[in-house]
Amino acid sequence: MTLQVELVSPEGILFAGEADMVIARTVGGGDIAFLTGHVPFVGTLATGLVKILQPGNQSQLIAAHRGFVSVSNDRVSILSDVAELSGDIDIARAEAAKARAEEELRAHSDDDEARASLRRAEVRLQAARG
Amino acid sequence: MPGAQERILRRRINSVKATKKITRAMELIAASRVVRAQQRANASRPYARQITKVIEDLAASGASVDHPLLREAEQVRKIAYVVLTSDRGLAGAYNSSVIRATERELQANQLAGVDYELITVGRKAAGYFRFRNYRLAATYEGISDKPTYENAREVAEFITNLFESGGVDKVILAYTEFISIASQKVTVRTFLPLVPEATIAEAGSAGAAAAYEFEPSPEAVLAALLPRYVEARLFAALLDAAASEHANRQRAMKSATDNAEDMIVRLGRQLNRARQDAITTEIMEIVAGAEGLKGSQGDDEDLLLDRLDPIHLFPQHQEQQHSAPGHV
Repeated sequence: MTLQVELVSPEGILFAGEADMVIARTVGGGDIAFLTGHVPFVGTLATGLVKILQPGNQSQLIAAHRGFVSVSNDRVSILSDVAELSGDIDIARAEAAKARAEEELRAHSDDDEARASLRRAEVRLQAARG
Repeated sequence: MPGAQERILRRRINSVKATKKITRAMELIAASRVVRAQQRANASRPYARQITKVIEDLAASGASVDHPLLREAEQVRKIAYVVLTSDRGLAGAYNSSVIRATERELQANQLAGVDYELITVGRKAAGYFRFRNYRLAATYEGISDKPTYENAREVAEFITNLFESGGVDKVILAYTEFISIASQKVTVRTFLPLVPEATIAEAGSAGAAAAYEFEPSPEAVLAALLPRYVEARLFAALLDAAASEHANRQRAMKSATDNAEDMIVRLGRQLNRARQDAITTEIMEIVAGAEGLKGSQGDDEDLLLDRLDPIHLFPQHQEQQHSAPGHV
């Protein structure tokens, strides 16, 4: 038994396939791992990594910045309007974004927006580097 | 040397030919864009479907579906109209039909004492309403040709804020629905509050039995979900409108190309007739001239050659000539 996983964005289906386990970070719930037979579940995603462990020791990393994860009948749907597959991430750009956010934070340490974009850049880099 | 009429016709044919080349190119471009726009619309569907499903699940699991975006105003005092048009023209009646449908709705509601806000997408709607002194709350340009989700988010955010702040009791969206390449329909429908979907969801769906777990809470999920849902719906409408725009332009340009072809044929016939007329006239003139010459041949004095006789031209010279032998 495997999970059917779909990563859906408004521009199209970014990923569809089978998985043994999916790990996602939800708002208020921390990292949650889904295995087959999980109870129906809907959660909001926090900025973080979504890890899809595919059969045969492969894995797919996704940087998701917000969205939802919905689980029912061994189907996992990850809905996100800002999500990137690890292979699609431009490391140079992410690093530039990170540097920019850090700069911003040094100037205004209470800038929530800068903190959020720093977090996003870090997640992107994490995903890209595996 | 062609006649004046011929020259004019030839110039017109050339200009129609040039126009035809342009319209033909535009037709082909629009045709390829329709296909791409359709693909994008199809690609966006799974997301919209999944989001709708989550909302249904949420409603089915008995979570309290109470959210500002779902609340219907008891009395509608102000309606916001969102009009999706294109930036560029030459798309047949595409823009004018959406604009007219919106204006009709707006005026009918205005007569009933309902105030309005106008949000336009595309240069055409902005131009139309600005010219007629309507109040525009916001205008978006440069996005209708190839809308991105980012664009949809921007517009949706503005509309949502307008609605949630209480300034507007209802949002109506007017756009052109893409049914197929051959058929697009102007649609004017309520965009906010999101009542109909919630009622459908409450009627229960197949997943009603499943007891969902919500993280962090059903209300929080709903609050996060609805704005995304609004964005997805607007995005779908923008993509539909873009596909419709290109389909309309393709059709308009196709008939323009056909008309140009007809015109070239017609002008070509006119040109031939004009040329023939000119030739006929010329022949007639030559024949008439020849006839005229033949008729006066009996009279020596009238022959051109006779008139050129030096005796007539230089009488003195003739005298000299005649007297010359006398001297010898």
